[in-house]
Order: sequence, then structure tokens, then C-alpha cells
Amino acid sequence: MALMDIFSEKTILTVSRLTALIRGVLEDNFDQVWVEGEISNLSLPSSGHIYFTLKDSGAQVRCVMFKSAAKNLKFRLSDGMGLIVRGRISVYDQRGEYQIICEYLEPAGIGALQLAFIQLKERLAREGLFDEAHKRPMPRFPKRVGVVTSPTGAAIHDILNVLKRRFASLEVLLYPVRVQGDGAAREIAAAIADMNRLAEVDVLIVGRGGGSLEDLWAFNEEIVARAVRRSRIPIISAVGHETDWTICDFAADLRAPTPSAAAELVSASAEELRGQVESLIHRLRLGIESYLAGRESRLDLLRRALHDPTILMGHLAQRVDDLTERLALGLENSLTRRREQFHRLEQSFSFKNPIHAITDQRQRLQRLESDGNRLIQSKMEGLRLAFGEQAARLEVLSPLSTLARGYAIALKSTDGTVVTDAARLAEGELLRLTFHRGTAACRVESRDT
Amino acid sequence: MATEKFETALKKLEDIVKRLEGGSLSLEDSLKAFEEGVKHAAFCSRKLDEAERRVEVLLKRKDGTFDREPFEPEE
Repeated sequence: MALMDIFSEKTILTVSRLTALIRGVLEDNFDQVWVEGEISNLSLPSSGHIYFTLKDSGAQVRCVMFKSAAKNLKFRLSDGMGLIVRGRISVYDQRGEYQIICEYLEPAGIGALQLAFIQLKERLAREGLFDEAHKRPMPRFPKRVGVVTSPTGAAIHDILNVLKRRFASLEVLLYPVRVQGDGAAREIAAAIADMNRLAEVDVLIVGRGGGSLEDLWAFNEEIVARAVRRSRIPIISAVGHETDWTICDFAADLRAPTPSAAAELVSASAEELRGQVESLIHRLRLGIESYLAGRESRLDLLRRALHDPTILMGHLAQRVDDLTERLALGLENSLTRRREQFHRLEQSFSFKNPIHAITDQRQRLQRLESDGNRLIQSKMEGLRLAFGEQAARLEVLSPLSTLARGYAIALKSTDGTVVTDAARLAEGELLRLTFHRGTAACRVESRDT
Repeated sequence: MATEKFETALKKLEDIVKRLEGGSLSLEDSLKAFEEGVKHAAFCSRKLDEAERRVEVLLKRKDGTFDREPFEPEE
């Protein structure tokens, strides 16, 4: 039945038929979608399929990733994680739900491999796999070096070049493995285990030359990290360039920035060893020669002394003189040295002497003090002048100065009030006159108003 | 392991040189020490020289045992 028929006629559909039709529409039109959202309701049953809901603030959609696709997933999912999903839309008939069948997942905002690296590193670190306490010491004098890498890669080439250049007398046992692509990690881990079973080498270099994060990925796999940690033979990890850090680097006993650097690390001790033996041989020869020379000259002296004892006496006397002179010279030198030392100290002392600092501060204080005094004095002077002016003005208002010019103040004897109006006086009334100097009692003879 | 013997010889050589340099040995002991030192020194040098730079590649057989072949890197 064509889809159009459903709408044009009154066709009764079964639920299954309707669902099948809807599924057809969705699967035909959404066979490849990319969707970004946040994980919720994550479920990881033992079947290996992954179920979750992808949601944003407005909607949600069910998602499933079947085991066949899920086994390629490097990082771990968790609720709340931002995710980008690639897949197709299908319908889950039994529930009448549409869902995304996911083929590929990547974390939003960060690469999938980067996230996988961070997650594995954290997990293994928590487990203590990288603890310093686990690190085996490097052998001081390695004789045989195992190398786990590609036989055609840059790493083995660089390692052999360095050993050749340094004339390092080391035996190299190469265990050829693939260092990238599917199955590489398993091969590397197995090689490390085999090398431990063979137990022929003193130290093991595991690594490869530089490449992209994807190329180096085998060295970020858990299986390699665990094989490295399980190894009884000390392992130097040498993956990529100086800036590339892998899980293998963290798990190894020593991390070399490059394969060449790893070769230098194992051959340095051989070179050092050769130098050590050579210097010992030199010292051995020198030791016996100077010993014999010393004995010989002493013997010579004694032999001659047998013939003529004064030779020995003279020799001893000379030695005494020599020692005396050296003693005097030594004393003087020592004194001179001490004197110079003292002068040096004295100079540095007077330079740093706190007395100077105190004197400086004291002078500064005195300066401040006299400045202050001057300031106060001039301020006082100003105030004094101002006071004088004010006082002069006050003088003008004072009745005393008026009195000095010959005026007098008349006060009633009865109540002491000032008389300013003759009309208020009665004849015969007593007044008290106050002059510039002194007072007088007066009687009113007459008044004139 | 040969490495062990080498290290023992090296240690003995070191001790002998120190004793000889100390100068408190009798003539006879000095000569004896020297002679012994020379022997250890020769052993150490030989050990260092005889380890030629051999490079082998391991080839795993089906039964899990290994073959070895000289390894020639491609230039």
C-alpha cells in the first residue's frame, strides 16, 4: 500500500502496520544525523549495548549504541557528559518510541582520544600504577638491551645510530612489533611479556618514532600500561617526540623524550664504565711507580749514609732548616691573610654599621625638630601680632582710655547706676565720680536740663 | 651473569688502587697488590672490549619458541 493511500481513503491500519510505516518514513529520511546533547539515564548492561537519553533544555531522545559499535569506543560515558552522536533514526516497535541507533560518539568540546587518554590516566593513577614506589632502578651497567618496536620504523634506526656513534659495547635484541593500527597494543604487551620470559636483557626500550595522536595510540592502551608495570625487566618508554606523553611513559620505570635519548641513557653508563676502568689502570701504574721511586731515593740516601754518616746528618739539618723556613713563612702568610681578612671585614662592617644609620636618623630628627621650632615660632609671632591688633582695637572701646582723656563716669551712690541724664538727678543727691585714676564722692548742687 | 663478575673485578681494582695510593704497604705487599690490580684491570678491559655490538632480531615460531637472526636495519 502506498503511503498516499492512507490519507486518501479510510484505511484501517493495525498498530504494527502504522508503526512499520512510520519507521519507514523515519529511516528513509534520517539515515545519517549528527546530534549534540547531554547524556542522562545512562545504562551499561552486561550485554555490551549502551543505552542513554540525549537531552537539551527543550527535548530529549532515546539513544542506543550496539555492542558491535560500542567496542570501538575509547572513552567512558557518564551522566551529564556533553556528547556528539552520529547515527540513524529508527523506531523501537514494542514501545512505539523512535531512537537514535548510534554508530559513533565523541565528547563535545574535546577530542575522543584526548578524553580517553585523560580518563585512563586518571583511573590508572588512582589505582597506583604510576607510583614512584613501583619504579625499578635502571641497571648501572647494562650489557644487553631489548627493544620492542617496529623493525622498519625510525625508532630502531635512531637507537642503533646512537649506539654506533658512542661505540657502546651493547648487545641489542629487537622484538619486532607493529606500533600502530588494530592489534598493535596487544602485540606490544605480548612482546614485553615474552622478553620477561626469555630474561636475556638487562633493560628494555619500548617505543616508536613520532606521529599523530592516533599513530601513537597503541602506547595509550591499558593493556600496554599493565604489561609495562608487570615487567620484571626495567623499562624505558620512548614514544614519539619530546612533547608526546603517553600512558606507557607514565607506567614505565623511566621515560626518554625520544628513542635516541633512550639509546643515550643505556649507553651512557657503558661509556662511563670504560672511562672508570681506564682511570683506575692509570692510577694503578702511577701508584706503584711513585711508591717505588720513593723507596728508591730513600734507599739511595741510606746507602750513601752508610758510607758517610754526615751525609745523612746534613740531609736532616737541611730538612730542619727547610721546615723552619716554611714554618716562619707559613706563619707570616697566615698573619697577612688574617690581617687582610680583618681589613675587609672592617670595611664592610663600617659600611654596614648601624651607628651610621642611627646618626643619619638623629640628624634628620634634629633637622625636623628645628624646622618644627621655626614653624611654631613664626606661627606664634603671627598670633602675637594679631593679638596686638585686637588688643589696640579693644583699647579704643575701653572706657579707661576715654577717662584718660579727662572724662569721668558718674554713678548714683544709692544704686551704683551710671548717670547719663541730668534730669534723673535730684538736688543734694550723692554721686560717685570715677576718674582715670581714683574716685570722688560729690553732691549735686544744681542741675541743668 | 658476566656483568656481576665484571663489577666484582672493578670493585677489587678500586680497593687495590686506594691501598697502593695510601703508601703504607710494605714493598712486597705493594708489588703483590700491583700484580693483582693489573690482572683485574685486564679482565675489566677485556670484558668491555669483547662485548661486540651484536644486533639480533627475535623471530617467534608457531610453537612459541624463538629464532634469532642478525638484524640489518634498512638504510
